Amino acid sequence: MDATILPEVTAAGVIIKAILILAVISAIAGFGTYIERKVLAFMQRRLGPQHVGPYGLLQLAADGIKLFTKEDIIPQHANKIIFMIAPIITAATAFIALAAVPVFPDFTIPFVDVYVPSIASDVNVGILFVLGMMAAGLYGPLLAGMAQSNKWGIIGSARTAVQFLSYEVVTGLSLLAPIMMVGSLSFVDFNNYQSDGTWLVVYQPVAFILFLIAGYAETNRTPFDLLEHEAEIVSGYVTEYSGMRWGMFFIGEYANMITIGVIASVVFLGGYNDFWIFPGWLMILGKIAFSFFFMLWVRAAWPHVRPDQLMWLCWKVLMPLAVINVVITGIVMMIG
Amino acid sequence: MEAIAFYVFAISTVILFGITALSKNVLYAMTSLAAGMVMISGFFFLLGADFLGVVQLIVYVGAVMALYSFAMMFFDATKDIKEKHGNPALVFLLGGLMALVFVVIFSAPIIGENMEALYPIVDGVGNAQAVGMVLFTKYLVPFEVAAIMLLVAMIAGIILAGKKMDKSLTTTVIEENPEDEILKESR
Repeated sequence: MDATILPEVTAAGVIIKAILILAVISAIAGFGTYIERKVLAFMQRRLGPQHVGPYGLLQLAADGIKLFTKEDIIPQHANKIIFMIAPIITAATAFIALAAVPVFPDFTIPFVDVYVPSIASDVNVGILFVLGMMAAGLYGPLLAGMAQSNKWGIIGSARTAVQFLSYEVVTGLSLLAPIMMVGSLSFVDFNNYQSDGTWLVVYQPVAFILFLIAGYAETNRTPFDLLEHEAEIVSGYVTEYSGMRWGMFFIGEYANMITIGVIASVVFLGGYNDFWIFPGWLMILGKIAFSFFFMLWVRAAWPHVRPDQLMWLCWKVLMPLAVINVVITGIVMMIG
Repeated sequence: MEAIAFYVFAISTVILFGITALSKNVLYAMTSLAAGMVMISGFFFLLGADFLGVVQLIVYVGAVMALYSFAMMFFDATKDIKEKHGNPALVFLLGGLMALVFVVIFSAPIIGENMEALYPIVDGVGNAQAVGMVLFTKYLVPFEVAAIMLLVAMIAGIILAGKKMDKSLTTTVIEENPEDEILKESR
């Protein structure tokens, strides 16, 4: 990966890339719901969706039609403006975060000769930008819960604030150790650091596990999905939502899952380097797909945790472990 | 291009913070304050200070504002707040004077034209490294003092929150602890 031989990034290329990310990730987010149901069904010895189309593949279209044609209900006593923009915040921050990570390989469109880069906006503090944007994503659930004047919604948004703020600390600290080793905040440097074939997960297994746990908590995946825990608080922050506004929360959630998958693949699992006979673009797609599958696997394997267990896990187990990991990495780097 | 971006960010920041100051609704004020913080990070990105822009996002948007909103949950967010204006003329005078003082403070170096970058951007040195170098050489003492202050605040917070932490609010059987003050207050 020599940066000098790459063609210049033009405005047209960035715009095409942005549209591409928006279109493909929204589609994958929709398709992800189908995959999730099928995988969960397989793991729980059920059949999953199978009536609409072959193997239930058209279930996706049926869900889409249902979401688009459902009545958009806004509760009478809700704060209407905030209630309406809250889902947009979730979806928007999730896609803005995707602007700074490498999704899909770079390519040149033939005939018009427009170079489409791998990263829409290659800021040299990529990792921090993604973390910051995902942190800003907490306003979606938070405002949604507060605007709907529903007690389940308020509890949901209180849990949002507590859970996201706590696990942001663990995500940041767990990524700090690899950042110290590479000495850069850019995803490209992380990829180049691992180009000799040794993945960073070999040096930083603890950081990898901590990052995955915190990542699942930040994307609101099942062992930690207390924001909308249906057994306790109806649907949490989405209780009053219907139709496409409800759908936007889930597009945002799936986009965030893909972002976590990309960070895990690039930072810990070797990035988009070629491996044996497989080209780099196939490797990164495979890694992202596996980490997506892993999230579903975890969901099938583990029950919900209680809110107090969640806080106990974050502040008494994960955070000290992350700090110790950073200190040990620092000492080893100083000696070595 | 840069000028357009600057004016977009500038106008939206002023409008959003205006809503924060003028709105009587807690939710509107909070949302616009958070959005305004995001817009401010835009200025850092425009100036090429990516690292500071991201720090603005993480610290102010992600952490500080989220804590504000957590506190706001104890109020009824759907009702308008009735503000008490005991002496509107005095408030207007003091507020106006403070605004004037700030404008003078920040515009004086620009008018005097002796603004110069003490630590200009060095080629080949990243944003984070540049901040680190200044932080660990010239501003080491303020940095350490800030660290101690945060430690003190953290210990104080733990002590304040940690009273009666060994007693559980939910699992204690009331009959066994009739003298439990926490439970008495909650009833």
